[in-house]
Amino acid sequence: MTSLKRQEHRLANSLIQLEVLEAPRQNGEQFALFQDKLEAAGLYPLRPTGVEILQINVGKMCNQTCKHCHVDAGPDRKEIMARETMQHCLDALDAAGKQIHTVDLTGGAPEMNPHFRWFVEELSLRGKKVMVRCNLTIILANPKYHDLPEFFRQHGVEVVSSLPHFSARRTDAQRGEGVFEKSIKALQMLNAVGYGKHGSGLDLHLVYNPAGAFLPGSQASLEKEFKQKLLKDFGVEFNNLYVITNLPISRFLDYLLQSGNYESYMEKLVNAFNPVAAAGVMCRNTLSVGWDGALYDCDFNQMLDMKLEKTAPEHISDFQLNSIDQRAIRLNQHCYGCTAGAGSSCGGATT
Amino acid sequence: MEKTYYKPEDLGKFGNIADWQPELAKKFFDYYGEVFKEGELSEREKALIALAVSHALQCPYCIDAYSTGSLEKGATEGQMMEALHVAAAIRGGASLVHGVQMMNKVKEVSM
Repeated sequence: MTSLKRQEHRLANSLIQLEVLEAPRQNGEQFALFQDKLEAAGLYPLRPTGVEILQINVGKMCNQTCKHCHVDAGPDRKEIMARETMQHCLDALDAAGKQIHTVDLTGGAPEMNPHFRWFVEELSLRGKKVMVRCNLTIILANPKYHDLPEFFRQHGVEVVSSLPHFSARRTDAQRGEGVFEKSIKALQMLNAVGYGKHGSGLDLHLVYNPAGAFLPGSQASLEKEFKQKLLKDFGVEFNNLYVITNLPISRFLDYLLQSGNYESYMEKLVNAFNPVAAAGVMCRNTLSVGWDGALYDCDFNQMLDMKLEKTAPEHISDFQLNSIDQRAIRLNQHCYGCTAGAGSSCGGATT
Repeated sequence: MEKTYYKPEDLGKFGNIADWQPELAKKFFDYYGEVFKEGELSEREKALIALAVSHALQCPYCIDAYSTGSLEKGATEGQMMEALHVAAAIRGGASLVHGVQMMNKVKEVSM
């Protein structure tokens, strides 16, 4: 499997994705506009509550090519963050001071960026809480990554890892053949250095997202199921399960269209709009940085090339906290993914 | 009348039954919502029971709802199929256990 970009697929173009999202249904009716729903909930224009988390996408390169990936990441993607851009991020963090207390590293597989370890060390020196979105299989992908659990431990990095299901079949259907087995081995390696163990202070969180065109169930119930199953079958322990809804963009959008599930999925998202979840969306306290240093409201807007609105800076090298905190957040129909049901964010349910 | 008795989009209109009798519909949907909340049984276990019953009743709306519902609650394909076999076993067993009645009757009227 190759990326949409490599295939020169029409959905590799973010403008076409937005056209699909804005198009009327087959019967000619329009899905209710997300903006109108926010307005009715008294939340439009949507403003930040203040940036506390800097989510940095250090590159689209990945050892996996998951079917639902909103980044369209994969081994054939070469876009990765340069050290100079990382330095701009560090400068921005220094300028922001304590208000931005957490840095969330994502990708692709962030560990594949050659400057990854240097960057983590620099962040850790600054006393920031560092989270890495680790796909687990990277730890086993090459001997040079085998010591990642130990590296994470040394720097107190919080590890957040995707595991769409405790059954091999459903995990492999989404993430590729053999991914489940490798993910379990990687989790056992993380457990071995203390991650996910009670009292270790080393947090290991798992991310569940549905392997198909359906919404996630309750986070608390699924967490209980995952904990029981993973402990009983594999001796694996972890802290929290973050339940995330798939947003209709990039490869997941392609899947929805190919499988004929697009309209019914959008309908589910729209019908499940929850004003309480809308008030707690992550773009209100998180700022997203692209591999090239461009600034976005979230990682999803990043993939749709929807940069911060014009009143705010365009690039991390022009970072300016006040104007960022006062901007209006840019919206489109994909935003329904974060406001459905119990809400969805990179930290799981929001209600 | 429509050409077919079942239309998938009608599932989404279930709530419309309240249009002609709101009080009873409200009581039913409140009850329904309570039933499926996590209790001594997990939400996943309840979804699997609903899936099995849906097949026993052969209700297309319910099969649609609880196939997705079971997935949402984290059930595996294996668990879902096992739940159906429970329904099938009870349905089959319900026929066969009456074999005893048949045998009783045959013995009663035979020499």
